[in-house]
Amino acid sequence: MTDTPLPATGRHVPDRLNSRAHRVLRSWEALLLTVAIAIFIANSLASPYFLDAWNLSDATFNFTEKAMIAFAMALLIISGEIDLSVASIIALASTMMGLAAQYGAGTIELVAIGLVVGLLCGAFNAVFVTVLGLPSIVVTIGTMSLFRGVSYIILGDEAFRGYPDSFSWFGQGYVYWVFTVEMVLFALIAVIYGVVLHKTNFGRAVYAIGNNPTGALFSGIRVQRVKFILFLLTGLMSGVAAVCLTSRLGSTRPSIASGMELEVVTMVVLGGVNILGGSGSIPGVVIAAFVMGLVTFGLGLLNVPGIVMSIVIGLLLIGVIALPRLAAMALNRRKAS
Amino acid sequence: MNERIAPANTAVVSMDDITKTFPGVKALDRVRLDLYPGQVTALVGENGAGKSTTVKILTGIYKPDGGTIRIDGEAVKFTSPNDASDAGITAIHQETVLFDELSVAENIFIGHAPRTKMGLIDKGAMHRAARTLLEEIGAPFSSHTPLRDLGIASKHLVAIARALSVDARVVIMDEPTAALSHKEIEELYALVETLKAQGKAILFISHKFDEIFRIADRYTVFRDGAFVGDGMIADIDESALVTMMVGRSIDQIFPVRNTDTGEEVLRVEGYAHPTEFADIGFSLKRGEILGFYGLVGAGRSEFMQALFGITRPSAGTCTINGTARTIHSPADAVDAGIVYVPEDRGKQGAIIGLPIFQNITLPSLGRTSRKGFLQLAEEFALAREYSQRLDLRAASLDQDVGNLSGGNQQKVVIAKWLATQPQVIILDEPTKGIDIGSKAAVHEFMAELAAQGLSVIMVSSEIPEVIGMSDRVIVMRDGRIVAEIAGDALTPETLVRHAAGIGETRTLEEA
Repeated sequence: MTDTPLPATGRHVPDRLNSRAHRVLRSWEALLLTVAIAIFIANSLASPYFLDAWNLSDATFNFTEKAMIAFAMALLIISGEIDLSVASIIALASTMMGLAAQYGAGTIELVAIGLVVGLLCGAFNAVFVTVLGLPSIVVTIGTMSLFRGVSYIILGDEAFRGYPDSFSWFGQGYVYWVFTVEMVLFALIAVIYGVVLHKTNFGRAVYAIGNNPTGALFSGIRVQRVKFILFLLTGLMSGVAAVCLTSRLGSTRPSIASGMELEVVTMVVLGGVNILGGSGSIPGVVIAAFVMGLVTFGLGLLNVPGIVMSIVIGLLLIGVIALPRLAAMALNRRKAS
Repeated sequence: MNERIAPANTAVVSMDDITKTFPGVKALDRVRLDLYPGQVTALVGENGAGKSTTVKILTGIYKPDGGTIRIDGEAVKFTSPNDASDAGITAIHQETVLFDELSVAENIFIGHAPRTKMGLIDKGAMHRAARTLLEEIGAPFSSHTPLRDLGIASKHLVAIARALSVDARVVIMDEPTAALSHKEIEELYALVETLKAQGKAILFISHKFDEIFRIADRYTVFRDGAFVGDGMIADIDESALVTMMVGRSIDQIFPVRNTDTGEEVLRVEGYAHPTEFADIGFSLKRGEILGFYGLVGAGRSEFMQALFGITRPSAGTCTINGTARTIHSPADAVDAGIVYVPEDRGKQGAIIGLPIFQNITLPSLGRTSRKGFLQLAEEFALAREYSQRLDLRAASLDQDVGNLSGGNQQKVVIAKWLATQPQVIILDEPTKGIDIGSKAAVHEFMAELAAQGLSVIMVSSEIPEVIGMSDRVIVMRDGRIVAEIAGDALTPETLVRHAAGIGETRTLEEA
């Protein structure tokens, strides 16, 4: 026999080395939360109108609809895929709702139409990516034009109006005091996605696929099925956002929500999700949503024009992402010298 | 034997007191390594000894935490792979890093192609220079060939031509023969001699001792990230080197096994694939180790991946414990009790980026979770149990599996599958690229698994392993089963004869 018999019990390997508090403190979310608090304080010092419950409540419309999509998008990006057609799905879903409203559809039917169109668009993307194996970035750039193109054909220069009065509840209603329907939906969806990603087998599969799709497949994960579901969820969330946005605006133009897909992706990346897949968290995206909302609102109060706002958001994204890297480099340099 | 070149007294490269730490792991602890012109230095050590880390430091990919690297006696600091290549250090990796879509000449000269006066790439000059280099190393293909049309051995030649083109003074060969055939290995040896004659210092990393004693002039031994010793190959023998390497003596006897096997567990009939294999049928009993031998390209791995549901066979049935099972995906295979430990650990085995415990529990989440919700305590319990059974060496179970050595990553992959309590485990080249010490441990473990009633299919190209471990061996050639051998008929000669499809026996120098 050899001199290396297999020990009956191997060496003891501890479960974890770092405490939970340690991990939380060193996380991306902690950094982002610090940024959010700093912006909040800066805003309240800069404008006397900032610390007003109703103003703050209004400000949440800046991000609630985008964030609903961002949660689903976060899962999709963690799995290594992306959906750039989300804003166009909103346009198509909103157009279909508007069309139905012309024929006298009620609120319940309208909501159902919005969600179903979202799901169908998601399924359309999913088939091309998971069944035909095409790269999602190419497929969804294509459907981005396709879905909105259909809206333009139906609407041309026109706009749909004449939604039933009760339909306005989703985008304009309040559940209690300053808390809007959208805020409650946002919170609810955040919790659902947080639980799905962080507490379920499905969420674990999403991380595994994002880190190594081949390895996940070889571990018995049904990779294509998981990705199919993620595209469906992103489509569904675009449908939910379409209902909220249409209800809030009270009208549909084919240009509705244009450019929103990049804002959604910005929110996801700012939230610490690796654009190459494999890592990220829902709490991170929640904080990123607040950061983007606070910046937009604060600059709005100071009468900063929209173009400057997008410059600030861009700088914020690059800055926050570069910060940990810069810190690590500085640390290395100090160690080396 | 090769002629001994008079030892040059000054080293081209000398590494001193090099230390490198990763989270939770000290990969290198004040090691030293000297490389001399015109000599081959073999770097010897078990998996996890720090060989790959050393190569990465030498090529500028990692920065050492401490110690000095001297080139011609002058201390240097590499801040990027470019610095190392400017210093004349080039590496030919296990899996060569080349560009499939470019031509051979472009691969050789990428980054330093001859330029015209306009600053554009001078294609004529580039191909002429490439042709000269290819002739020099006896490469049988044109400089215009797209790289993707070449086999692995030819790709190695391209990598070597590239090393010559930058006028490298130090050539690092990291397991260059791992994927080569017997004849190709001989050609590589000849090439190493050419490089030596040109005065290049060569760092040779290999797990095969016959290779080391055949072409190396010097050796350096690492163990667990620490320097153990170095010297001239002529002054040491194989067993002394092994003792230095593992810190104990190891004989290469395979575990003695009780070969009583039980009832039939798996029956495969008529498995076929449009291009890779045809008419594969066999049966496997409880507690049996069934070897699959054949040359590279005989279709063994392709068949195993079809059995595991990665690719879909065009025909065939699979019966487990008397029940016919349809396997269309790895998930189906795992449900049916068939698991597969792939040859390509990095890509298909471990999921780098996920912690160890999540790697282990990934296919078992159905059992450790409740109604689809994760139960971390149960996951850790399962991961703890199997990492102990496999004697996993890690800082913690929460550590990224990417920080483990190759051997320990393999343990994580095996732990992952054992945790699913399978009926049949397929091991594809289980000891490829693993050092002698770990090999014995893997063999021991396979025997233990079989004794506990698990049925093992082992795909292996190492004849001693196939003969030493298997109860029965199936030989494949060109996608078909050509022989089933057991008992006294199981000799190297019969295996090779059937695998190569020739009447006469070939003597074996390898293995």
